[in-house]
Amino acid sequence: MALRGNLRDFTVTQLLNLINLAQKTGTLILDGPADQAYVAFRNGKLAHARIGNEDGGLATILHQANKLNPNQYRALSARLGTMSDKELGLLLINAGYVSQEDILFDLQAHFTNILRRLLTWVEGLFRFEPDMPPPEDRINVKLDLENLIIEGSRQLRELEELQDEIPSLDLALKFTDRPMTNLNLSVQEWRVVRYIDPKNSMKRIAAAARLNEMEMRRIVYGLVQAGLVQLIRPAGAEIPLNPRMFPTQNREEQRGLINRLIGRIQKL
Amino acid sequence: MQNVKMVITGPFSAGKTQFIQSVSEIEVVSTERKLTHARERAVKETTTIAMDFGRITVDDNLVLYLFGTPGQKRFEFMWEILSEGMLGFVVMVDATRPETFREARSILETFRAYAPTPYVVAANKQDIKDAWEIDDMRHALRLDGGTKILPCIATDKKHVKTVLLELLYSILDEMGANK
Repeated sequence: MALRGNLRDFTVTQLLNLINLAQKTGTLILDGPADQAYVAFRNGKLAHARIGNEDGGLATILHQANKLNPNQYRALSARLGTMSDKELGLLLINAGYVSQEDILFDLQAHFTNILRRLLTWVEGLFRFEPDMPPPEDRINVKLDLENLIIEGSRQLRELEELQDEIPSLDLALKFTDRPMTNLNLSVQEWRVVRYIDPKNSMKRIAAAARLNEMEMRRIVYGLVQAGLVQLIRPAGAEIPLNPRMFPTQNREEQRGLINRLIGRIQKL
Repeated sequence: MQNVKMVITGPFSAGKTQFIQSVSEIEVVSTERKLTHARERAVKETTTIAMDFGRITVDDNLVLYLFGTPGQKRFEFMWEILSEGMLGFVVMVDATRPETFREARSILETFRAYAPTPYVVAANKQDIKDAWEIDDMRHALRLDGGTKILPCIATDKKHVKTVLLELLYSILDEMGANK
C-alpha cells in the first residue's frame, strides 16, 4: 500500500515518526497550499530537504551562513556552471575556505530549518516515494529525527491550543481603540497588521501574507492577547439572519413572532 | 404549529441544564449520565451527553424549544447539529471557575462560526461569593463593548427570563440592522 494521504489526517510529525521507526529510504513529497517540498531519507535518517524553487545549493547555504562573503558568493555563482554540490564542496575545502565540518554543520542547520517549517504545514497532500533516493548530486547528511519529532509534537499541542483559541479563520480582524504606540512587531506580524480590515477574513490575510494556518493563528493570538485587535464577522460579507431560524419568511411575521416570544417570557 | 429554538451552550458544569429547568414548562428531557472521568466527577456527578430539551409554549401556534448542549469538547460533533436553525444562543459561563473561561471563549467562537445568529453571555453563579465581576469577565472573555454579558443565577427564574429577553431584544435589533 502506497504511503500517501492528506496532512489533515496524518501530520508531518506522524510521518517523520513512521519513517524513523521503519528506517525508510526514499523521498517524502508534500504538496502544500503554496509550495511543494521534497524531503529525502536514508535508513530513517534525514538526508536532504528542499522546498519549492528555493535555491538549496551549497553556495547559497554557505553564503546564508556567512561562510562565504558576497564577493566570493558572486564569483562562485558565476563560475558554478554544471558543477555539483559535491564537487563544489571539495573545491572549497581544498581552497581552505571552509572545513568539511563547516559544510555538514550548515547543511544540517539548513535542512533542520526546512523541516521545522514543514512541521507547521497542516493542509496538503503527502506521498512517500521509496524509489526516489536522496539526490546524488547534492551533499547528503545523516540526521536523526528524534529531536525534530519531539519538537513537532510540541508544535502540534500548540496548534491544538491555538485552534481552541481561534477556531475559525473565516472571521475578520478589527483594531481596538487602544493606541498602537511603541510596538515592536516582527516582520510577519507587520505583514498581518497591514491587511487588517473588517472586510478581510483571517484566511484571506493569511493567503496574502503567505502564512500557514498555524503561523496566522499564532500571530492573531498574540495581537488579541495584547488587546490590539478583536475578532469580528467580515464586514463585506455581512451575513443576514439565517432564514431557517424562522418558520416564516415574512419579515413582519418574523418580528411579530419575536414580540410574541418576548411577551410570553415576560409573563413567566 | 410553529416551532423555534434557542441553544444554551457553555463549558462543562456552567449551569446549562439548570438554566433550562428554571423556565421549561415540561420536565427537562435530559440525557444525563454518570461521569466517568475522576477529574470531572470532582465537579459534579452527572453530565449531559447529547442535549437537554426544554419547552415554552407561547400560544396555540408557537412553541419555543430550548436546547442545552453537552459541555465537554469531546461532544463537539453535536454542537453543529444543535445549532442548525437556532434563533440565537446563550453562552453560560461559571463565574466562579476562571479556569473554564478559555474554553468558554472557544465555544463562543465555534458557535459564531457555525451560525451568524445573535448571542448573549450569561455569567452564572453570581450568588456565590467567589463569582467574578461582570466587567472583569468581559475582559477575561475578550468580549467587545457590543456583546451583552449578563449576571445570572440559573436557579432563579427571574435571572433566566432576563437573559432570554435580552437575547430576544438582540434578535430584534439585528433584524432592524438587516432591513
